[in-house]
Amino acid sequence: MKLSKSRSAMLVLASAIALVAAPAMAASANHIVDVTLKDHKFSPDKIEVPAGKPFKIRLKNVDKSADEFDSDDLRVEKVVGGGKTSIIRVQALKPGTYKFMGEYHSATARGVVIAK
Amino acid sequence: MLAAFVIVFREVIEAGLVVGVVLAATRGLVDRGRFIAGGILAGFLGACGVAFFAGAIADLFEGSGQETLNAGVLLVAVAMLIWHNAWMASHGRELAQSLKAVGEEVKAGRKSLMALAIVCAVAVLREGSEVVLFLYGVAAAGQTTASSIIVGGLIGIAGGAVISALLYLGLIAIPLRYLFGVLSALITLLAAGLAAQAMRFLAQGGWLANWVTPLWNTSGILSEQSIPGRIAHVLFGYASQPSASELLAYGMVIVIMLVIRRIVAEGRGHQPQGARISA
Repeated sequence: MKLSKSRSAMLVLASAIALVAAPAMAASANHIVDVTLKDHKFSPDKIEVPAGKPFKIRLKNVDKSADEFDSDDLRVEKVVGGGKTSIIRVQALKPGTYKFMGEYHSATARGVVIAK
Repeated sequence: MLAAFVIVFREVIEAGLVVGVVLAATRGLVDRGRFIAGGILAGFLGACGVAFFAGAIADLFEGSGQETLNAGVLLVAVAMLIWHNAWMASHGRELAQSLKAVGEEVKAGRKSLMALAIVCAVAVLREGSEVVLFLYGVAAAGQTTASSIIVGGLIGIAGGAVISALLYLGLIAIPLRYLFGVLSALITLLAAGLAAQAMRFLAQGGWLANWVTPLWNTSGILSEQSIPGRIAHVLFGYASQPSASELLAYGMVIVIMLVIRRIVAEGRGHQPQGARISA
């Protein structure tokens, strides 16, 4: 008896999670910034974007090995395979400077986003 | 070698902490070694698979495949942890008294073990695929430093195992009277943190459009990049810049856990003394 009770509670919870995670595709078609990763360096390594608007970074990794675009400041992390191109969505930023790096080669792969 | 160690250790620490909690939570259950080892192995194989198919996965859902997969496996782990906590609420007292699953308890214990094995698998899968990609990239590049980087990586993996062991030993040193309370509080926060992380991946993948901007920034006090920040991130779901959707998911999981415990406790006719949440 107690099991079935807890099970129905589980169902409620599962649907609650599904509700929160319900697909709500963000309004796309916003600003795209092209960045290339070559020899484990970003170019450009300084990206200027308008503040208060979400944007996308289209990262082209021309190196042979994968790297992880990682930024605590921008709150994103994404692995981009060697020779692959990936889109990284960034939420609207307040004016300021935001660091990012390629985690697998963080000695050289570093850059900043400047929101104005 | 040091850089490789730091990267791998940082990734492995997350999986290591989750496994440490799970090991403590399953103490005394028959066959737990087999289940947890199986979960870790499945997670490792899955990590290799994810690393191998990383390109194909990334191309799914208009380039949001990676984020969607991450959010999906995180939510599976959350569901499994909730399931386990409900089970612990109804059986924790017996376990605390005897520390041995007997009779019909064994069967119920297996289901819970399976749920926790899946949690281990998910943790290893997520962090492991990044480690595999990193080490594979280094090895494939055939640099002269490759071997030292691989050695650094292996030490990093060993370091994760040490963290896991330390957490486990620390947890089982807690007197049995309090152990189940501590464990259910830990599992609750672990699950809440995973749910919040899932929200971040959903936002990054473009599935969530609102409530996605950070509400505050405490990275000056405790950075998620630091090892203490990393540990707090895994164990309590610490985020230096949480958004409203992350906070909501975090809070919801805690409420759901508490409600289920209450329902289970009422089903038993009394409050589980040793298993009450005491954060």
